[in-house]
Amino acid sequence: MDPVTRIQGVALPLNRADVDTDQIIPAKYLKLVERTGFGRFLFDSWRKDESFVLNDPRYAGAQVLISGPNFGCGSSREHAPWALQDYGFRAVIAPSFADIFRNNCAKIGLLLVPLPQDEVDILLKRAEANPNTQVIVDLESQSVSVAGESWSLNFDVDPFVKHCLLNGLDDISLTLQHEADISAFEAQRPDFLPRTKVTA
Amino acid sequence: MSDPKTLSEKIWDAHVVHSEAGQPDLLYVDLHLVHEVTSAQAFEALRMAGRKVRRPDLTIATADHNVPTADRDKPWPDPLSIQQVDVLDANVGQFDLTYFGVNDVRQGIVHVIGPEQGLTQPGLTIVCGDSHTATHGALGALAIGIGTSEVEHVLATQTLPQARPKTMAVEVNGELAQGVVAKDVILSIIRTIGVSGGIGHVIEYRGDTIRSLSMEGRMTVCNMSIEGGARAGLVAPDDKTFAYLEGRPFAPKGQDWERALDYWRSLPTDDAAKFDKTVSLRAEDIEPSVTWGTTPAQSVNVTGHVPDPDSFADPGARELGWRSLRYMDLQPNTAIEDISLDRVFIGSCTNSRIEDLRSAASVVRGYKVSPKVSAMVVPGSGLVKAQAEAEGLDQIFLEAGFEWRDAGCSMCLGMNPDFLLAGERCASTSNRNFEGRQGPGGRTHLVSPQMAAAAAINGHFVDIRGWRRN
Repeated sequence: MDPVTRIQGVALPLNRADVDTDQIIPAKYLKLVERTGFGRFLFDSWRKDESFVLNDPRYAGAQVLISGPNFGCGSSREHAPWALQDYGFRAVIAPSFADIFRNNCAKIGLLLVPLPQDEVDILLKRAEANPNTQVIVDLESQSVSVAGESWSLNFDVDPFVKHCLLNGLDDISLTLQHEADISAFEAQRPDFLPRTKVTA
Repeated sequence: MSDPKTLSEKIWDAHVVHSEAGQPDLLYVDLHLVHEVTSAQAFEALRMAGRKVRRPDLTIATADHNVPTADRDKPWPDPLSIQQVDVLDANVGQFDLTYFGVNDVRQGIVHVIGPEQGLTQPGLTIVCGDSHTATHGALGALAIGIGTSEVEHVLATQTLPQARPKTMAVEVNGELAQGVVAKDVILSIIRTIGVSGGIGHVIEYRGDTIRSLSMEGRMTVCNMSIEGGARAGLVAPDDKTFAYLEGRPFAPKGQDWERALDYWRSLPTDDAAKFDKTVSLRAEDIEPSVTWGTTPAQSVNVTGHVPDPDSFADPGARELGWRSLRYMDLQPNTAIEDISLDRVFIGSCTNSRIEDLRSAASVVRGYKVSPKVSAMVVPGSGLVKAQAEAEGLDQIFLEAGFEWRDAGCSMCLGMNPDFLLAGERCASTSNRNFEGRQGPGGRTHLVSPQMAAAAAINGHFVDIRGWRRN
């Protein structure tokens, strides 16, 4: 995973609540066995509507997505964050995020920025009024601002997620540092627990 | 004496491999369920890193999302589906995993086969790259849905770093009316807490109504925990749980059974334990439910009407309500029983177990499917199918004009040949009524198996409470 530090770019306003992962990427595109190439299917159904904001050329190259509460709800498909990232998004700002989606994003370095609804509304209005608005998300200082302006908004991030994102850490390697703990745990597991293989 | 704990806290604490301030707990995983859609990239990453599957003996795989439910012996229509299942076949071979492949009678929806095989047991931590993993919580397991990177992590380490969730009690007490079933209970719960009410929480379903549900009914309730935003959902194990498990292929036997029982009986929430949040419902207030919109919280009683979004106080809900009605092509104040249907789907990890099929068949017996409706029944596993056929349920459905299919996820999610065409309206026993979930432009109404069966016969929704069984 590449480190995530500071993101600056056009912000795409998607003012909808409960955006589910079936909308982010429909199931028919989950058949690919690679991690890349999903960006072209991002919001596939909604994009068929010409007035959908993703089709607005003024937001071309957007790196920040601003949306409503419970973003990423529904299916656990990691293809949803893959599609957002492959399309070019590096951060999503919303009042709240679904749990599995949040974990998936942390694993791939897509930064989630939770802000209260009224602060999200301010950013949504700015992005809707002026598509050239450059939004800056700074992970180190946990702040969101608009380029050229002096105010900023602070957001919460899990300290461990922050540490991993800033340093681009692979958490399987981190876990394997606890190999001795895992083996010790395994040694004391009761043998009535189920096994999927019948051993002789 | 240790602090009083809830069921989920007991399971959590018994599985912490490593804990450190400022970090998520590292949890041991007792059982990892794998299917074709969310595993290919995880196996590929293992190969690239030169890693093995740490515990093939705690891992089991099946193919369910892509598989056709008819004409399986003929060439599958979609080469990408063939490829995805072929990749799983190759991965289970290379990594030496137990596999219920397409031609195995035990193949089926991953959340149906775990309990059916007796692999799902009280007190276990279970993960699967699928959001409906909470289904296994019905047996008192802590079962969490994960993404592909997490699947890779579990394959490599048999552990998962997870932030400790909050606890939420959903209490349902009282007696359900005839015709009101587990699906109506969970739809009512989601209507009450909202689609994000459970974020960050594990829900324990409690109360005498929940206790009175069969194991299959508890699975239906736990299955849709994610639709309320919850990390997981579970029910304390009891004698009903133990009776369900005893004698199943992977359940403990002999001395092990006795030792397991001792452990399982220690699991229920201590009397003095506290939940972070509690929600209560009365069974008498629950009626047969039908979703009218595009989120699972947008449901009403079958005797009710499509709501007028302008009556919603919250501006966000108002906007979402109108968008949902436009998508669903419904007008405010339309009686639910006046909504006509094109398709009926009985199946999915929510409602495809033997009890679901029995209850649907009891409605269908002696009736014919409306000529306007195309209806199908898709058993959750090959073994459910065989059981249903042994009981003659297939004949009841076939004689009424239903299609009788092979096991799989089928029309729950539009990843296999079973999907809605644009504009088609479906009564479905599945779990999600999101836009396009059952196929682009398709319109989904979530209901119980009995309600779906009655709707198939009438061509529109009817109140199952007045149904005359033949």
